[in-house]
Amino acid sequence: MDNLELLLQGFATAATPVNLLLALIGVIVGTAVGVLPGIGPAMTVALLLPILGGLEPTSALIMLAGIFYGGMYGGSTTSILLNTPGESSSVVTAIEGNQMARGGRAAQALATAALGSFIAGTIGTALLVFFAPLVTQFAISLGAPEYFAIMLLAFIAVTAVFGASRLRGFISLMLGLTIGLVGLDSVSGQARLTFGIPQLSDGIDVVVVAVGIFALGEALWVAAHLRRRAVEVIPVGRPWMGREDFKRSWKPWLRGTAYGFPFGAVPAGGAEIPTFLSYITEKRLTKHPEEFGKGAIEGVAGPEAANNASAAGTMVPMLSLGLPTNATAAVMLAALVSYGIQPGPLLLQREGELVWALIASLFIGNTLLLILNLPLAPLWAKLLRIPRPYLYAGILFFASMGAYAVNGSSFDLILLLVMGVLGFVMRRFGLPVLPLIIAVILGPRIELQGRRALQLSSGELKGLFGSVNVSTGQFQLSPIAVTVYLIILIVLAWPLLFALIRKALPAKAQEALEVVHEERVHPQHADDVSVEPPADPEAREKSRQ
Amino acid sequence: MTEAATATAPARHRDYAEYGLCGFLALTGIVVLLDAARLSNNTTGVDPVGPKPVPLLVGGALIVLAVALAVAVARGSRGEAEAGEDIDPHSRADYKTVLLLIGVFIANILLIDLLGWVISGGLLFYGSAIVLGSRHFVRDLVIAAALSLGTFYGFAIGLGVALPAGILQGIL
Repeated sequence: MDNLELLLQGFATAATPVNLLLALIGVIVGTAVGVLPGIGPAMTVALLLPILGGLEPTSALIMLAGIFYGGMYGGSTTSILLNTPGESSSVVTAIEGNQMARGGRAAQALATAALGSFIAGTIGTALLVFFAPLVTQFAISLGAPEYFAIMLLAFIAVTAVFGASRLRGFISLMLGLTIGLVGLDSVSGQARLTFGIPQLSDGIDVVVVAVGIFALGEALWVAAHLRRRAVEVIPVGRPWMGREDFKRSWKPWLRGTAYGFPFGAVPAGGAEIPTFLSYITEKRLTKHPEEFGKGAIEGVAGPEAANNASAAGTMVPMLSLGLPTNATAAVMLAALVSYGIQPGPLLLQREGELVWALIASLFIGNTLLLILNLPLAPLWAKLLRIPRPYLYAGILFFASMGAYAVNGSSFDLILLLVMGVLGFVMRRFGLPVLPLIIAVILGPRIELQGRRALQLSSGELKGLFGSVNVSTGQFQLSPIAVTVYLIILIVLAWPLLFALIRKALPAKAQEALEVVHEERVHPQHADDVSVEPPADPEAREKSRQ
Repeated sequence: MTEAATATAPARHRDYAEYGLCGFLALTGIVVLLDAARLSNNTTGVDPVGPKPVPLLVGGALIVLAVALAVAVARGSRGEAEAGEDIDPHSRADYKTVLLLIGVFIANILLIDLLGWVISGGLLFYGSAIVLGSRHFVRDLVIAAALSLGTFYGFAIGLGVALPAGILQGIL
């Protein structure tokens, strides 16, 4: 198979001693930073990105792959050992994981999370090897109208599917588009929203936006609400698991992987939904239902695998379409752009060597992580005790260093502060961060594709729905664009459709939907829902009002 | 949870700061529109759309969303403040700490080119740690110095990251 050959070449690039060392450093630093409370994978990558500026692209990306998986794994360690999760994707892992740790089974929880992450990451990356070239082939045939539609879908999906409020999602999206407008217009060269400031004519660097919103905004937000008492960290020895744990874990790992990868790969997916689905599935299938809510190992193994497989899945649209579907992928895409690499369907052709080296180092990073994390877990647990003033002062310190390093200019620090304050305001008012960051990255590109599509139709709006066939000279609707617009309509009308479906369904199915919905919205209370006798839906309905 | 569900929830304390957010959005929208109005829209065959329509759309959308949010807030919608590992959700927001941190950060912006990263970065860490409640004044200073020297030698000299030496040029 052709892909395998390319992958082997990728391994040859990635497995040189220097690059292996970089992958190792990336994994260690990524895990260490990811374990720190308050720092999720996206912030880990954003904070460490500018430091990679001095390396050549291939080496930097190899290190980045290590940071990426390291940050993911570090995040789940935090959610198991502390009682509150930081990332929405590890909320579910925390439900059972923290209970296990409290019951003295922290070692097994960490072990099943580490092995599950490894298995899901490896299978997910293998699927990436298979799907990325396939999607690229499809993507090359797409023109401007199709691209415009797909990016619009990414916007709508990320805004309407995630988060508690669609209205607030759209506000966040528009703020992101506004930030993306700043600078010289790429077609006409006119300055937009620069207010005569020359440093703004190149636009606001995505890295500065990401570091400002993720790192500075988070540090300021936490500073306003810092817990004054010490958090409780559960002590842990070396992770291990017995035969029984293994027997109970391997099926959830595989099922979690099966949920995670496809959700990660589609624009509306993300890690939140597959981790919840995995949790619910394991709860239904388990032979130990009495343990759920009190620390069932299946409830850690499945969601953790789903989380990692979804991360691998997000690499498919990122590498083949240049489309980020979660915050971490968005920041990684920003990394590619900062190396002057143009993301999009031509990436695999133009930068094949680099992409395959990146994919190979995902395999390598994942393996290194497993080898490292089992023995190092007690050390990572110690990191959780870092005094909070140092932690958040350190975030400010590294954020400032990184933003300065992007262009070697203190003007970027002013922008960083503005973005940090915006990040604070967004957290205060429950505006989701993800739509903003995706809009900053995709905004300029969707405008370009839209204008290109309309150029082909001489400015007529139908240009967004299709193009003129070269051989016949006739206007043709593009089936792909039309399908994507239909999906957008369905996503937008979903709350209405959902209500209709619920009415049409028999009572039993309605109840099941209720439970699923309840667990998605209030995962902490998932256990009370199932413990209550199902015979009394009315009382439950009332208690929820 | 949709807006409608929030609205039917038991009457919570209305958050008047939300109207401030509406004002900010409307103001941003107006700035975007005014800036767009200033653009000359000489559309060409190559670019029949020109640079104007997108900012007009975005600015207009911001104003519409500001109004929509104001209506939603009046009907009881309230943003869910973000949670996290180190966040005490029941505490009142401590704006004094936030403003002091911003002050320390502004000092860093003003000093970085003059004094160099080692001094301004060290001060940034030291000041932030104290503002955040650390009272180990000597230990904090040692850590700040170690961090700023370490990052300067490791990243600026080792990896070629662009950090300024400032007045310590030639000494470091």
